[in-house]
Amino acid sequence: MSAPLLSARGLKLAFGGVKAADGIDLDVMPGEFLAIIGPNGAGKTTFINMTTGYLKPQGGRIEFAGEPILGLSPRAIVRRGIGRSFQLPQLFTEHTVIENAALALAAHAGIWSPFVPLLRPGYRAAAERLLDRFGIAHLTETRADALNEGARKLADIAMAVALEPRLLLMDEPTSGVAATEKMQVVETLVRVLRAEGVTAVFVEHDMEVVARFADRVAVWSQGRIAALGPPEQVLNDPAVLRDVIGIAGHA
Amino acid sequence: MVGWLQDNGLLLGLAALDGLAYAALVFMVAVGLNLVFGVLRIVNVAHGSLFAIGAYTAASLGLFFASQGLPPLAGYFALVLAAALVGALLGPLIERFLLRRIYGHEEVLQLLVTFALFMILEDVQKLVWGVQPVSQDLPMTYLGTIDVPFGDDVIPFTKYQLFVLPGIAVATLVGLALFLRRTLAGRMIVAVTADKEAATAMGIDATRIMLLTFTAGAALAALGGALASPTTSLVPGVGAQTIVLSFAVVATAGLGQIEGAALTSLMMGLGRSVAVYFAPEFEVVVPYLIMVAVLLVRPQGLFGVLETRRV
Amino acid sequence: MIAEGLIALVGAGVLLAVAIAVPWLKFVLTIALAKGIAVLGILLLLRAGQVSFGHAMFLATGAYTVAFLAPAMPEALLLIPLGGLFAGLLGLLVGLFVVRYRDIFFGMLNLAISMVLYSLLEKLYHLTKGTDGIRVARATYAGFDLPRETQEWLMFAIALGLAALFGTLVAAYLRSPMGRALAGIKTRETRLEFLGVSARRVLLFAYVASAVMGGIAGTLVALTTRHVTPLLGYWTSSGELVFIAILGGAGSAVGAFLGAVAFELVRVYAAASVADAWQMILGGVLLLVILFAPGGLWGILAGRLKVRA
Repeated sequence: MSAPLLSARGLKLAFGGVKAADGIDLDVMPGEFLAIIGPNGAGKTTFINMTTGYLKPQGGRIEFAGEPILGLSPRAIVRRGIGRSFQLPQLFTEHTVIENAALALAAHAGIWSPFVPLLRPGYRAAAERLLDRFGIAHLTETRADALNEGARKLADIAMAVALEPRLLLMDEPTSGVAATEKMQVVETLVRVLRAEGVTAVFVEHDMEVVARFADRVAVWSQGRIAALGPPEQVLNDPAVLRDVIGIAGHA
Repeated sequence: MVGWLQDNGLLLGLAALDGLAYAALVFMVAVGLNLVFGVLRIVNVAHGSLFAIGAYTAASLGLFFASQGLPPLAGYFALVLAAALVGALLGPLIERFLLRRIYGHEEVLQLLVTFALFMILEDVQKLVWGVQPVSQDLPMTYLGTIDVPFGDDVIPFTKYQLFVLPGIAVATLVGLALFLRRTLAGRMIVAVTADKEAATAMGIDATRIMLLTFTAGAALAALGGALASPTTSLVPGVGAQTIVLSFAVVATAGLGQIEGAALTSLMMGLGRSVAVYFAPEFEVVVPYLIMVAVLLVRPQGLFGVLETRRV
Repeated sequence: MIAEGLIALVGAGVLLAVAIAVPWLKFVLTIALAKGIAVLGILLLLRAGQVSFGHAMFLATGAYTVAFLAPAMPEALLLIPLGGLFAGLLGLLVGLFVVRYRDIFFGMLNLAISMVLYSLLEKLYHLTKGTDGIRVARATYAGFDLPRETQEWLMFAIALGLAALFGTLVAAYLRSPMGRALAGIKTRETRLEFLGVSARRVLLFAYVASAVMGGIAGTLVALTTRHVTPLLGYWTSSGELVFIAILGGAGSAVGAFLGAVAFELVRVYAAASVADAWQMILGGVLLLVILFAPGGLWGILAGRLKVRA
């Protein structure tokens, strides 16, 4: 068995009296797709925030590729290869889609010339290729604030992928996406991530998405991992069905 | 050191008394700025101009009352009347016709609008009161001075600056705290400050609360100016100094901190007075040095609470 | 971009023609071009959604650099870059502090720091001669001591050349990765951090650039008016820069110069008659532009000519 890519041990964090993380132990293996499910307030986003350096746990440790990352700044963690995407996509709303993508590529390449256009030919082509892989190449000239939710999510994730992360943490990649688009969005996303060899952890409320795309499922409950295993096992566990899916199942 | 203190002790004592009086005035302006920001989410760049207009109005009213042969006590009435007039006239005018158009807009636009208002009000002062110094110190001279014992010496100091100014500042601090905690209107203001949507959903008329708060803030600034008017001659430019100084207080204390603003006013008032007596070139610099030093160490201000970043 | 360049070229031609036809306006136009260069700096910061109410401090820095150094070293072609350099250094120092803040804090901290500089210029009389100001020693140009008329023409030409240079640089900058990241600060600063980019550094670069342009503008003003006073760094001067930026329109580098020329021309004809109400008129017009013509003069012009800003 290979070493885990991400390894969290004993993460603890409380806000006032609420325990958002109460001893989280989790290993994420290279190449896997791990879904996190659980009711609202269980601490799912808190886990992502701790892993990406936005929240500092009060106890525990996190290692990425064998090195401790706790205490590093969010920017340093990004540069080590942990990307993230958001429940509410974080796009530069007054920029076009291609500018968003090109900025991500420029950030990754560390190219900050103040006098060469962002969209000079070579850059433009690279940005178009990136968007094409996500199936949104037809939207290059659209302003980001004019996109529908599915395209916004894909653009958001495309920007994270532009940084060539080894691990991508996605917070509810399908929330807000119209039901008719949902499967298509996830399929596109999974195809690109698999092709890139990106390991992914994603928070998801849609059990159909989880069942189809996750290699393993972790069930969050009150700051703890209540169950962990392959979807067919976890999603049929009566306790999970009662506590989690009963609350946060199909909308 | 001991020798220096003996030589300069009196001056230091005088600086302390001056600083206290000055701090009281700064606090009056800063607290209004804070209150308005809490509810309207706008830092009003023209807030200092309301201080200046309050001061000019008070001086004019005082001079008018005196010319009518009214007793000196009327001078105090002039101070309060000036604050009430400026608050009640300019407050609603500005809120209703200007600020209400820009709630929820980008901050840069709000800043530009209140800055434009500031430019306008600065010249309104010049048009109405001219550029020659205006002074009406009767409310201060009428009370006379008191000998403040200081070591073996005494410092004669005006009762107005020693008692009236700090007294009113303390009364404002206590009164405001009680008002916000104990009265219905006060609690509504607190509710809107904490969460406008939730407050509106509970049936609070946020529009009205915003109007009232802005008016109250304007009146507090004008009262600060009115109280300051007997202690100095009024010249153009007071508004600019006042807004940056009161902003410095608010930023150093932390946005929204009323008690903190009181302590910070004291600190800056004392710092400034010491500079006035010992290094007058740096009078203006001292409060900002304090601010920069504090913000470098605590970006959220001395008493400010760090807002958790929403991701 | 090409259309914008064409308009700028036409504009420069018009200015040159006016300067030839009405010689005494040369002075006014030189000042307008200098101010326009400073306004380019305000424009950069506006791209990031930030506004500085103290930017005249950099203008004053450039101007006083000239006033202090000219007696010992009267070479204008050295004084101009030196003014930019000193303003840039001050910008770096101030910038390291203010780029930690946004919005009202950014605006007011700039104002506060500029008030400090102003009061020092005013109070340190033995160095600055206080509000009397300093008469700027006669400058040489590449070693030549030129007659007055030639000097005026030369200053006009230098101002025009520098305006073209900085206008082009700023236009390029706004389209570059740095410039687009700067604009990203306005809409989604957090995303920059998620891309592993320091938003503060992006803003600091723009801030220092804007300080350098402010300083260069200050040197041009000092060399043209031959007299510097603390008033150059007073908040009203900063207010004017912001005013011109909004009047001209924040959408384009050309707007800065359009606004500056309009502003200075109106001021020459109108300011004397309404001296006490000048700020009030500026404030009123500023309100009207913000509320009713947010694109400014450039927006109106570009709309007419169907140029994409």
